[in-house]
Amino acid sequence: MATEILSGKVHVQTTINGEQVDFLAEPRESLLEVLRDHLGLTGAKEGCNNGNCGACNVVMDGALVNSCCVLSVEAAGASIETIEGVASPEGLHPLQQSFLENAALQCGVCTPGFIVAAKALLEENPNPTEYEVRWWLAGNLCRCTGYDKIVRAVLDAAERMRAEA
Amino acid sequence: MAIDTRVAPKIKHHDEEYKVIGTRPIRHDGLEKVTGEARYGSDINLPGQLHGKVLRSPHAHARIVSIDASRAEALHGVSAVITSADLPDPGDKLTTGGEAPGLPVKFKSANMLARGKVHYHGHAVAAVAATNQHIAAEALKLIDVEYEVLDPVLEVWDAMKPDAPVIIEDLYTAKADGTTADEPSNVAAEMLYEVGDVDAGFAEADLVVDREFTFGVVHQGYIETHNATANWLKDGHLHVWCSSQGAFTIRQELADLLNHPITKIHVVPMEIGGGFGGKTTAYLEPLAALLSQQTGHPVKMAMDRADVLKATGPTPGGYVRVKMGVTNDGMITAGYANLAFDAGGYPGSVVGAGCRCVFAPYNMPNAKVEGFDVVVNKPKTHAYRAPGATHAEFASETVVDEICRTLDIDPVEFRLKNSAKEGDWQLAQPPYPRIGHIECMEAARDSAQWQTPLETAPGKKRGRGIASGFWFNIGFTSSVIAKLNSDGSVTLLEGSTDIGGTRTSVAMQFAETLGIAIEDVDPIVADTDSVGQTDVTGGSRVTFATGLAAHNAANDMKDQIAEGLADLWDVAADAITHADGTFSANGNSATVREAAGLLEEEGVFPIGKNTVTPTREGGAFAVHIADVEVDEETGKVEILRYTAVQDAGVAIYPPYVEGQMQGGVVQGVGWALNEEYVYDDDGHLLNASLLDYRMPTALDVPNIETIIVEVPNPGHPYGVRGVGEVPIVPPPAAVANAIHDATGLRMSHLPMSPPRVQAALAAQA
Repeated sequence: MATEILSGKVHVQTTINGEQVDFLAEPRESLLEVLRDHLGLTGAKEGCNNGNCGACNVVMDGALVNSCCVLSVEAAGASIETIEGVASPEGLHPLQQSFLENAALQCGVCTPGFIVAAKALLEENPNPTEYEVRWWLAGNLCRCTGYDKIVRAVLDAAERMRAEA
Repeated sequence: MAIDTRVAPKIKHHDEEYKVIGTRPIRHDGLEKVTGEARYGSDINLPGQLHGKVLRSPHAHARIVSIDASRAEALHGVSAVITSADLPDPGDKLTTGGEAPGLPVKFKSANMLARGKVHYHGHAVAAVAATNQHIAAEALKLIDVEYEVLDPVLEVWDAMKPDAPVIIEDLYTAKADGTTADEPSNVAAEMLYEVGDVDAGFAEADLVVDREFTFGVVHQGYIETHNATANWLKDGHLHVWCSSQGAFTIRQELADLLNHPITKIHVVPMEIGGGFGGKTTAYLEPLAALLSQQTGHPVKMAMDRADVLKATGPTPGGYVRVKMGVTNDGMITAGYANLAFDAGGYPGSVVGAGCRCVFAPYNMPNAKVEGFDVVVNKPKTHAYRAPGATHAEFASETVVDEICRTLDIDPVEFRLKNSAKEGDWQLAQPPYPRIGHIECMEAARDSAQWQTPLETAPGKKRGRGIASGFWFNIGFTSSVIAKLNSDGSVTLLEGSTDIGGTRTSVAMQFAETLGIAIEDVDPIVADTDSVGQTDVTGGSRVTFATGLAAHNAANDMKDQIAEGLADLWDVAADAITHADGTFSANGNSATVREAAGLLEEEGVFPIGKNTVTPTREGGAFAVHIADVEVDEETGKVEILRYTAVQDAGVAIYPPYVEGQMQGGVVQGVGWALNEEYVYDDDGHLLNASLLDYRMPTALDVPNIETIIVEVPNPGHPYGVRGVGEVPIVPPPAAVANAIHDATGLRMSHLPMSPPRVQAALAAQA
């Protein structure tokens, strides 16, 4: 395990968006707290802090997780992808582009979680039905859009990604 | 780059053609919101910052005997503990600004930190600043509070009884006739609205339907929790960063609550993760400010979800009675309504707005509406999207449906026959201007859903319902400052926080008026030091009022450009014409971009500005159709298909008009079918989490079909009507009427949750 306890804090080595990252954290701190408060990666949001809203979604070792429900020390040796790593230097991810073009956000606070979750879906299932999109995204709450334009944006992005593949 | 997607039907009742208005550009703030770079209130971290947390009452109603914070203060890492003793005594001051001016500041102050008594479970009692949030949370457990627990009063019908425990000992009812009650009670205010002769109207009726309805408390449910960061400098300057619907309102409340000069308070509006009326008032900002003052450090505070549900401002539960009289040929002769709403722990519910809306879709010759604002041991309630209208019109639209069933009249035909139209009376308001209820009803009648028979399925109980909704919208004050840059682009400072694309809907009106491309306008939500007075983002007012300010500012800029060109071209300014973004006179012509370059050489940089307080909001109508299936075993109601029709006046930014309609529908469906605060008998909130306070997920709803109707508002140069709120009004009634169509049940309580529907089905059998 890439951890070492220093004066009550744990030294954690992990990989975030492809870069090796070291941090010190109290064992009681969640991954979400460390991302936001120690590492300045504030794209993941706290909406409920108990795994019910998906606003803090990140991908850890290939699995979609609520980072509020992961202890930061569990990140040791893991590979983590956050919303900050979704766009590339060349431009936006097709999902991000599709969210913009389909007006799939209003206040925007749930948007990073939806995009991270939808990306995980499309990596597992590049050709989902509307029902499969709704089922997958049922762990992400949006209070503004009524989901209609989000679901359309994900289906639209899936189509573009299949066409480009 | 433009939005290229399935464009929903739009039905225009005007001949105007626009270049920018009605198009679908990418919103200006979109990029940073899809990349996670947008900065919301909780995303700020200042050097030397401490973290604050709030101790909350475990009781619904109790006297505070003592508070001893000495153990907490002794904890390593704790810098300060505050209680209501640290807040100035507000005396008899009244609130200004916000959605409900004129209320005693002492109530707001006591809601911020309890003074002598706690009025609800979760009421703030003390606040702590510490080096991190975990130490702050530990410190809360070390604050010793002794309570004398009192009997709670939770429902309006109990609180209004003569022998009910009185929650606020010096609260005397403000009566409808302007007098004040002699004895204290829980009824803060009574209101009465009358038109015509209601008794004579009921005497003329062939059929009278009289029904009672009750409501659970519901929360706005924004995904971002409340937060505030404050830095009180040693010279008295106070900087506050927060996610609020109104930075100027927060500034005013800080001034009122802290007795601090407004010029020394600077509020920076961060991005806001939803509000829906629930972020129109301060909760944490004054506490963070006091803790910063006491510690000399910036202090950041953020609520957790349980705090949000327990201690912010949900919208009221309560009671509505609606009685309507009609003739056998389906003409309404009279209406009577009685509304009693939870104010929560302190006075000031949205019952007055409910009174105004209850019969608004109809031209009713005789009507009487009574309202009661009732203090109960629940959190101080606040606005939630068309506040009060959803309760009121759930009741009246259910009664209308029952009338139609009883008389065997088509519900569309009945509503068309009785619809309010231009020139008809409104409760306590001037007669209606041009409105679009009839046009919405016709569009609903002609919609694909209404024209397609409901698909039956063997063994399934399915039904279809229709309902109208009205919300009056609000004007209030808005400001815009527009700076012409030397390349012809415009930096547009506006005071309205942007919750759902209003930077763009405001900028589009500016671009239309000045005749430039939307991409050449850069809209910025400015802080309280950088733009003129702007009231809360609420009342569906931003695209209407801030859009008007932008239009006026563009005209101001046009005049300034013309004056500058007049000197260059040696003509009178009023001889210069402006069309399609080009200024011309005397054989000279210049686009805005060319003019900006010419004026730069002369050292002229036009700044268009405007502050406006418009009052002709126009009012908004919606008609919704719901198809449902009721599971007989579980009582669960599934939405099979849904169409929302709405008069937008003129839809400035259609994808976001559709978004408001769809979002309002889904909030309304959540209210209709699931959402409700659950209390035990002692007044403890039992479901303060997003698992147990269950809002709709993507799996709970279908796509929402939208039809935008455009009946221009004569009170706005582009015909804008606010669109944000009215779409939450019809869903509970449309769903209830569909449940009746499916099962024959008349549901009289919101939410129509599975256990309630199941019980009603069992009682029916």
